[in-house]
Amino acid sequence: MRGQAGGWPDGTVRALLRCQLLSLYAFAVTALGALVVGVMLLLPVGLGRSLLPGAARRLRRLSDRYRSWATDWTGTRISPPDPLPEGEGRQRAGAVLADEGFWQDVRWSWLEPWVGGLLVAVPPTLAGFGLFGALVQPFVWRLLGPDNWYAFVLVDSTPSMLAAAVLGLLFVAAGLRLAPAVLGLHARWTRKVLAAPYTTELVRRVEHLTDTRAEVLDAQAAELRRIERDLHDGAQARLVALGMTLDAATRLLDSDPAAARDLLREVRASSARALQDLRDLVHGIHPPILTDRGLGDAVRSLALDCFLDTHVTVELPGRFPAPVEAAAYFAVAELLANAAKHGGGREVTIRLAHAGGTLTATVADDGRGGADPGGGSGLRGVARRLSTVDGTLVLHSPPGGPTTVTLEIPCASSSPKTSSCSGTG
Amino acid sequence: MRVVLAEDLFLLRDGLIRTLREHGFEVVAAVDNGPDLRRALHEQEPDVAVVDVRLPPSFTDEGLRAALEARRARPALPVLVLSQYVDRLYARELLADGRGAIGYLLKDRVTRTEQFVDAVRTVAGGGTVMDPQVIAKLLARGDARGSTAELTPREHEVLRLMAEGRSNAAITRALHISESAVAKHTASIFAKLRIESSADDNRRVLAVLAHLER
Repeated sequence: MRGQAGGWPDGTVRALLRCQLLSLYAFAVTALGALVVGVMLLLPVGLGRSLLPGAARRLRRLSDRYRSWATDWTGTRISPPDPLPEGEGRQRAGAVLADEGFWQDVRWSWLEPWVGGLLVAVPPTLAGFGLFGALVQPFVWRLLGPDNWYAFVLVDSTPSMLAAAVLGLLFVAAGLRLAPAVLGLHARWTRKVLAAPYTTELVRRVEHLTDTRAEVLDAQAAELRRIERDLHDGAQARLVALGMTLDAATRLLDSDPAAARDLLREVRASSARALQDLRDLVHGIHPPILTDRGLGDAVRSLALDCFLDTHVTVELPGRFPAPVEAAAYFAVAELLANAAKHGGGREVTIRLAHAGGTLTATVADDGRGGADPGGGSGLRGVARRLSTVDGTLVLHSPPGGPTTVTLEIPCASSSPKTSSCSGTG
Repeated sequence: MRVVLAEDLFLLRDGLIRTLREHGFEVVAAVDNGPDLRRALHEQEPDVAVVDVRLPPSFTDEGLRAALEARRARPALPVLVLSQYVDRLYARELLADGRGAIGYLLKDRVTRTEQFVDAVRTVAGGGTVMDPQVIAKLLARGDARGSTAELTPREHEVLRLMAEGRSNAAITRALHISESAVAKHTASIFAKLRIESSADDNRRVLAVLAHLER
């Protein structure tokens, strides 16, 4: 998903090329920034009003590209501002002018060439100058005459030419070495100027919390209704029947001991069923093994009951808050059931890990893929349930498979490691 | 036979003590929490321990952990684990050392006194007893994967009882068939599943469980 600056030499070369691309784009940013300001100067004349929305949209497209580059190349997430106002003609120009995100884009378009653009130009310049020294100097120094300086080396003989070539190689290496760091620095700069303002973030957060809180309350109420109904139709009804049968057995005890014995046998059977009902109910509310052992072993237990070949890897430092464990457990349970029901594969791999304050669960099967996130496969329910703990779900299921679902829940782990005694999964 | 009992619910503990005494067991310690259980298992050296999985103070799998620890200190110490629910992961952990002398039953089973007492005796004698629910889950998985597809319905039933830890005599009683018919079925099951047959009951159970676990 996210192309981190990788290792030597592939990652660094790629980073260098990206720096080059960004420095070229600086010209486009300059041009578009100038265009938008030019259009604004035309505002007193009617023409500016009709041109502004289009220019603003183009500028936003460009700034969005920078935002997604920062995310794709360095993993720096930049929350976008609210979309530009929709609407017609003149009104819309007014709305654009009142939009905070628009002014952010304008400010960025004038700053980026001078700060970001110059910054990213450093590694390609170093590398280019280095290449000139290492590859071109050996061939051209004789033609360049006596005043041929390469950096601080006067190239006028074969030894000094060789020194220049070595120096050139050092410049190339320095350019390559710098490129990933410069790319990271540029992403941070981009976030500084292009991330949505703090107030926008807060408003979004409040909206998200309001939505998820409403969902949690709905889900909770539905869950309580389900429990009430299950108890009423299950264990409670069985206990009533049990009492009645016991009563009948007591009455028959003297007159017809054989019939009484049959009834008592029936009582035993229904008490066993009532217990089973209660057990199933408890398991649906909160599986006991989750309380006992935490997420890792609870998922191992799920895997044992699954008829697919299920491999579980657990790299968790300890326990997590109960709501997080429950959300992750039920999500994995649902995904495992999906894989068994719809996946059509033979193997499932489940990986649980915790890094950087995020709990990650990956469920991958070797089935036929093509799962639809909006479809009836319960994925939407899983995503909704996860959102109550700020969790996210990413589905990757190309037709023909394999299907990989990644869950992420931000959280800190709490108590020390407790895990299964055998450690097998 | 000397028994250490760990159960935190007073009524159930009381009932179990009474049941065990009635059937000639000597309950040398009846405790209601994990630390006391550890001490009792260490000091009393019982012939068999009957242990509830969930015990104070943590109210998690305290009893199971204490039992597994005691078995590491004293290998093959007979332990019958009782629980409000059965989990295959726990069954697997209990069976992991391959030594037998292990029982894992739902608490409900204690209401069938005779079967419960039989189970305690089997475990004390080095045998293995698994709850029908654990076996049902194992067999459901085996069926879905097709590993028991070759078995006839009758053989399937015999396999289930064998996996629960029943002896041939007990299977004879449960299915109302002759002992020789049971012997024929078991031989056929072992041949079809390609398991090494064994005259020793306990080794037979462990082999069947190991096959189903695959």
